Amino acid sequence: MKHPSRRSFLKIAGTSLGVGVLYSAYPTALAKGETGDMFASLGRANGERVAPFSFVQLSDAHVGFNGPPNPLGTKAFERAVDMINALPQRPDLVLFTGDLTHDTEDRDVHSQRMKQFQEISKKINAPVIRHVPGEHDAGLDGGALYREFFGESHYSFDHRGVHFVALDNVSRAKPEVGTEQLAWLKKDLARFPKTAPIVVFTHRPLFDLRPDWEWFTSDGDDVMNVLGSYDNVTVLYGHIHRDDVHETGNVHHYAARSLIFAFPDPTGATGPRKPVPFDKDHPFKNLGIRNVSFNGTPKPGSAPLSIEDVELTAREFRGINGVHQFLKEPNV
Amino acid sequence: MTRNKRTRITLPILLCLALIAAMSSGISRAHADDVPVVEITAKRFAFSPDKITLKKGQTVKLRLHSEDVTHGFFLRPLKLDEEIPAGHTAEVVVTPQTAGTFTTICDHFCGANHGNMNMTIVVE
Repeated sequence: MKHPSRRSFLKIAGTSLGVGVLYSAYPTALAKGETGDMFASLGRANGERVAPFSFVQLSDAHVGFNGPPNPLGTKAFERAVDMINALPQRPDLVLFTGDLTHDTEDRDVHSQRMKQFQEISKKINAPVIRHVPGEHDAGLDGGALYREFFGESHYSFDHRGVHFVALDNVSRAKPEVGTEQLAWLKKDLARFPKTAPIVVFTHRPLFDLRPDWEWFTSDGDDVMNVLGSYDNVTVLYGHIHRDDVHETGNVHHYAARSLIFAFPDPTGATGPRKPVPFDKDHPFKNLGIRNVSFNGTPKPGSAPLSIEDVELTAREFRGINGVHQFLKEPNV
Repeated sequence: MTRNKRTRITLPILLCLALIAAMSSGISRAHADDVPVVEITAKRFAFSPDKITLKKGQTVKLRLHSEDVTHGFFLRPLKLDEEIPAGHTAEVVVTPQTAGTFTTICDHFCGANHGNMNMTIVVE
């Protein structure tokens, strides 16, 4: 049985962010005893003071996509940027969990799409923006073009006492992390105590969510064997274009909605995977809000977070439909 | 009609029918080891045929051919995880041990509609 304080390192509180997810991370910096020692240790290791902060996860913008599930292109992505900038508290970080662009075999066109992504994302008022690739960014060329624009596809960094790990499970063209990256992950985490707060961000789910829809990572179990030995791990991912919450041992997995179109609930679904059709009267439908909040006093074995998913049109734009949504100022 | 005449007429017909059946099911016999061979073609963004039926406990060889780019052939319950190099053929021998209907996917990203490139394997 674990001590509750080990699981409460992070207070993750949601807010009404139009598209995407806002996390407020409040490490229990004032905690005494074992947890306090752990944060002191992290502070020494990271050279950073442990302090509350917030960050945003955005996913699956698919810049360059043009098709019936969303004829509006980058509108939702641009909307998300506006809403982030309207937040009362500027987020410390923005994490993009892959599929920044839509794939094409034309390298010049793909370069243009990556440039367009950067032009939109650079308007975000946040000091740090980090990315991982999705298969539509990196699956056709092994991630070569992605790395030209965004740098390495797997890496780690520390922020205010939390260790962030970017994992690439797309650049090998298959849904896998690979032995080399796995060895890197083990080495990267080796310096941290078992209680260290760790946030992993990646594109595909690291567990078998729906393998016949390619919603899995084939060597995800190997990754979980590494992460599972730590007490406080949160995995943020995209790919599935819908929210999802899952738990494997100590590890909590959260999928973010897309910025382009949604996929349906896979439960009981048969046949090919088809996007949810575009609703011209509710253009942001299913590209919604996720409120994430801390459970207060978590009990051993319970999730440290609770999730409330709210459809964008139901709350942010109640009574305002269709194109009028574009005219409304972001109200976060 | 004499017995010989009937044999001369029916034998070729039976052979033709057997050949047609084998071609339509995608299953033929390998010469060397006498293992049934199933021919499967991968081409953006579909497998052909899109459904095959195998027998539980019976060993078959899957001959996988790509007509364009590199594809994958992944089905965890049957322990299938093959790469089909662009324009080439890969072979894998499998003995299904579990009856059921399974979806095999291309797990090597091959383009925009890759996510729905799959086929059905029925094990009876």
